[in-house]
Amino acid sequence: MNTFRIGGVHPQDNKVYSANKAIIDCPLPKQAIIPLVQHIGAPAVPVVEKGDKVRAGQLIAKAGGFVSANVHSPFSGVISKIDSTVDAWGIRVPAIFIDVEGDLWLDEIDTTPALVRSGILEPKEIIDRVMAAGIVGLGGACFPTHVKLMPPPGKKAEVLIVNGVECEPYLTCDHQLMLEHGEEILVGIQLLMRALDIKRAIIGIEKNKPDAIAYMQKLAGRVLGVSVKPLNLKYPQGGEKQLIDACIGRQVPSGALPIEVGAVVDNVATVYAVYEAVLKHKPLVERVITVTGKNVAKPGNYRVRFGTPLSDVVALAGGVPEDTGKIIGGGPMMGRAMNNIDMPANKRVSGLLFMPQEESRRVAPENCIRCAKCVSSCPMGLEPYLLARQAELEMWEGMEAHNIMDCIECGCCTFTCPSHRPLLDYVRMGKATVGGIIRSRQAAK
Amino acid sequence: MNIVLIALLVLGATGLLAAVLLYVIARQFRVEEDPRIDQVAEALPGANCGGCGFAGCRALAEACVKAETLDGLLCPVGGAATMEKVATILGKEAVVGEPMVAVVRCNGTCEARPRTSVFDGSRSCKIMNACYVGESACPFGCLGCGDCVAACQFDAIHMNPETGLPEVDDEKCTSCGKCVKACPRHIIELRKKGPKSRRIFVKCVNKDKGAPARKACLNACIGCGKCQKECNFEAITVENNLAYIDWQKCRLCRKCEAACPTGAIHAINFPPRKPVEPVEKPAESEPKKEEDQA
Amino acid sequence: MDKLIVSPAPHAHSGDSVRRNMLLVIAALLPAYAVSIAAFGWGALITTAISVAACVLCEWVIAKFVLKQQSTIGDLSAVLTGLLLAFNLPSNLPWWIVLIGAVVAIGVGKMSFGGLGQNIFNPALVGRVFLLISFPAQMTTWPLPQGFNGSYVDAATGATPLAAMKEVVKGNASAVNKLPELWDTFIGLIGGSFGEVCAAALIFGGLLLICTRVITWHIPVSILATVALFSWIATPAGMEPHMFISYELLTGGLLLGAFFMATDYVTSPMTPWGKIIFGIGIGLIVMVIRIWGSYPEGMSFAILIMNACVPLLNKIRPKRFGEKKK
Repeated sequence: MNTFRIGGVHPQDNKVYSANKAIIDCPLPKQAIIPLVQHIGAPAVPVVEKGDKVRAGQLIAKAGGFVSANVHSPFSGVISKIDSTVDAWGIRVPAIFIDVEGDLWLDEIDTTPALVRSGILEPKEIIDRVMAAGIVGLGGACFPTHVKLMPPPGKKAEVLIVNGVECEPYLTCDHQLMLEHGEEILVGIQLLMRALDIKRAIIGIEKNKPDAIAYMQKLAGRVLGVSVKPLNLKYPQGGEKQLIDACIGRQVPSGALPIEVGAVVDNVATVYAVYEAVLKHKPLVERVITVTGKNVAKPGNYRVRFGTPLSDVVALAGGVPEDTGKIIGGGPMMGRAMNNIDMPANKRVSGLLFMPQEESRRVAPENCIRCAKCVSSCPMGLEPYLLARQAELEMWEGMEAHNIMDCIECGCCTFTCPSHRPLLDYVRMGKATVGGIIRSRQAAK
Repeated sequence: MNIVLIALLVLGATGLLAAVLLYVIARQFRVEEDPRIDQVAEALPGANCGGCGFAGCRALAEACVKAETLDGLLCPVGGAATMEKVATILGKEAVVGEPMVAVVRCNGTCEARPRTSVFDGSRSCKIMNACYVGESACPFGCLGCGDCVAACQFDAIHMNPETGLPEVDDEKCTSCGKCVKACPRHIIELRKKGPKSRRIFVKCVNKDKGAPARKACLNACIGCGKCQKECNFEAITVENNLAYIDWQKCRLCRKCEAACPTGAIHAINFPPRKPVEPVEKPAESEPKKEEDQA
Repeated sequence: MDKLIVSPAPHAHSGDSVRRNMLLVIAALLPAYAVSIAAFGWGALITTAISVAACVLCEWVIAKFVLKQQSTIGDLSAVLTGLLLAFNLPSNLPWWIVLIGAVVAIGVGKMSFGGLGQNIFNPALVGRVFLLISFPAQMTTWPLPQGFNGSYVDAATGATPLAAMKEVVKGNASAVNKLPELWDTFIGLIGGSFGEVCAAALIFGGLLLICTRVITWHIPVSILATVALFSWIATPAGMEPHMFISYELLTGGLLLGAFFMATDYVTSPMTPWGKIIFGIGIGLIVMVIRIWGSYPEGMSFAILIMNACVPLLNKIRPKRFGEKKK
């Protein structure tokens, strides 16, 4: 079986605009704003002060807890202030402002493109370096990677699954990264296998990237235990639970983490970051993002230092197209629509998608015709029509009984609904509310 | 004839049997209940709004009967009069609270607060709030989808299409608190209704610093603290760049209203101020100065 | 550039619509309709025209003047209801009876519940059963297929194969001779409600719907399998089991019902297992009516009875991700 077993949809992949476009480095900005919340978990705590001189790669804010991540300076320059900035959704977040002076890195960081092969490193050492480098999952959830590498006592990882699926339409950054940095990714996989003390790794890649499959297969052939699994196209294959099901045929039980079935999933971009952090001592200060859209002048894949205003990247790609109606941070299925592009690049944004005006508006919803297409497309086996209705009527207990917390917010239900009903709007709202109720109940105990 | 007779007999017998069964079962499974619960429930409005904090009117009635004193038990809909009735039924002393009313603390009208984007999702404040800042640049202000209107069971809150803000009908509002819970931005507050419905409050909940708050909305409280200095009763506190008037301490002197440079403090249902007319003009011109500073 | 539009994800849509689904169902009915026109001539055309027009008009009037909501005739569901109702009528039915059926179908069967998506019972079948009970004589006089040669008003009539089957079941083995050739039932040279006569076209249309993912296989397959199994067990004396099964499957409204009526979105269950049980229920009730009931055909009743069970069947959950078998 080459895909996950329950539900799924087939959106048009639209990757042609930016596919196979070589990664371009985005120039350094004059002023950079580094948000302190670039991950799931507690905000990072600044360790520099106004007026401090920093070098690229230097720690400027340290993790505010176990589930949190360090933040490093991507540039050399002077801290101009520690304040707050408005993110792409208009919400104020704490941030460090840096007047950029240049690109002077810390001495121990190796910024040459030379490939470094793994030395003999202890698992602890690898995990420590990953943690110090502030690496988070770059597939979208931004969950701190070191947490995944330290399974809770009694749980043992058996297999590393590397996510090269990129099931979101339009996005091509992971694809291009595999083509350009396949060797590094392979070394990164070996590092992670060593950190987790496992012998097996599977790289899952969808079949719309035959060049990446062929290239990774060629490279994986040289490494014991690593294999490539070509997967049939189906969204949301890049979802952690769906990918595990597709690759090893095990389904993570409701409410459990992947480690329950012995799997650890990491995105290819994360694996690349692990390689750079462990063997080149380079913390996570940049990522590749896809700038794309039907009317974008120069769609492509751009390597951006965090803190660079997104508008700089957009300018590089030919500016905002004339008839843009909606700008999406990420892909069209799970990305969030933004209300400005002044926000700095950060660990969270994997792409910028410009939707033309005529595709931006939703179609007016009609009555539910109970066609059950949402039920059959739900990859978690839920009943979105029912959950949406319950959320509208504020029937929170009923939603909990119908496994609302399993929802991965992939959007298949809204995507597939012939009546154009905004099912996920309500399901997501219900999930947030029920989540709050469950947390307060646990806190009361 | 025979057939009619048989039919009558059969139907009659069935009916009789059912009646007997019903009677027996009703006797057998009767739940003994304090008869006063029924009486109290009768006295309550019966809207089952939940404003008292109980599941419905009957639940409140049960609580009233069981409780030692009526302290803390209040039907916000019926108010003092209803609780008086309940007290007489139960022979307990009524504890009368202040009559309250829901107050919308946002004055971000379409004019004062420019809309910066178009929201195209489901028209629900909760959904919009989870999605982003909203159609204006103010992350604290009213989202304008009317979750509060939908929550109100007494038809007491309505959207004003001109301002894009909800307005409370003092007469109809029962201060049940449904709208307070429905608002994801906690804009609506229950405040003392005040003598002749006169009350003074800060019509803003923006906690941003002065400059960004003002940029997002001309009517925003900028946390300048002028009102705090003006107040003789220590009723005003300024925290996180936001002034708050404690309605338990406020004596309705209206000094703060005149002092506010942005007009964020509202005094309503007062007679027009004749002698204060000259004061009002400088109050109006002051925002401009404020802008220059910002 | 205007103000940016912001909405929650997802920002893409499959492009599917209610209209598209209805259009596909109508398209899938067309082969059967073509055969019916060839077989029954003007009768088929006139009945359909009246039924469809009355359904659409009725929906428009009720939506506009009674419910005061936006008209929904654009989604073509009323057209489909009209078409399905017509398919279930004898082709020589007087025009005013067709009209009554259409008004009942839309007015009572659909709009009284609040319009599309709210109704409990399949509107076309509500209309048909209403007519069947109100005008039993007219509704069970089946014209023989004569093409355009026959007269619309008083066509030569004859018994349907199902009536003959009933006799066989009742013990009259010689009634077997009254049955048409199996091949004729397959291509549509038999009497009956004009849309249900051509098994081949109906199967083709049904497969088309399954292939275009308008419907899933669960309901039709479970109905047909149940009917086949039941008739195999209950094969009467004087008939080979395979012949009996074939006649039960190919005649009457079974195929039309299984592919086009029972699978109606609004009135069928939401989950795979719910659909299968729904189908089994229909199959059982049909066979019970066909063998022991007083009507020769029970498809309409079977579907309507199971429609009533749908809210209950919707309590059956789909298989959740990661759920362990108990």
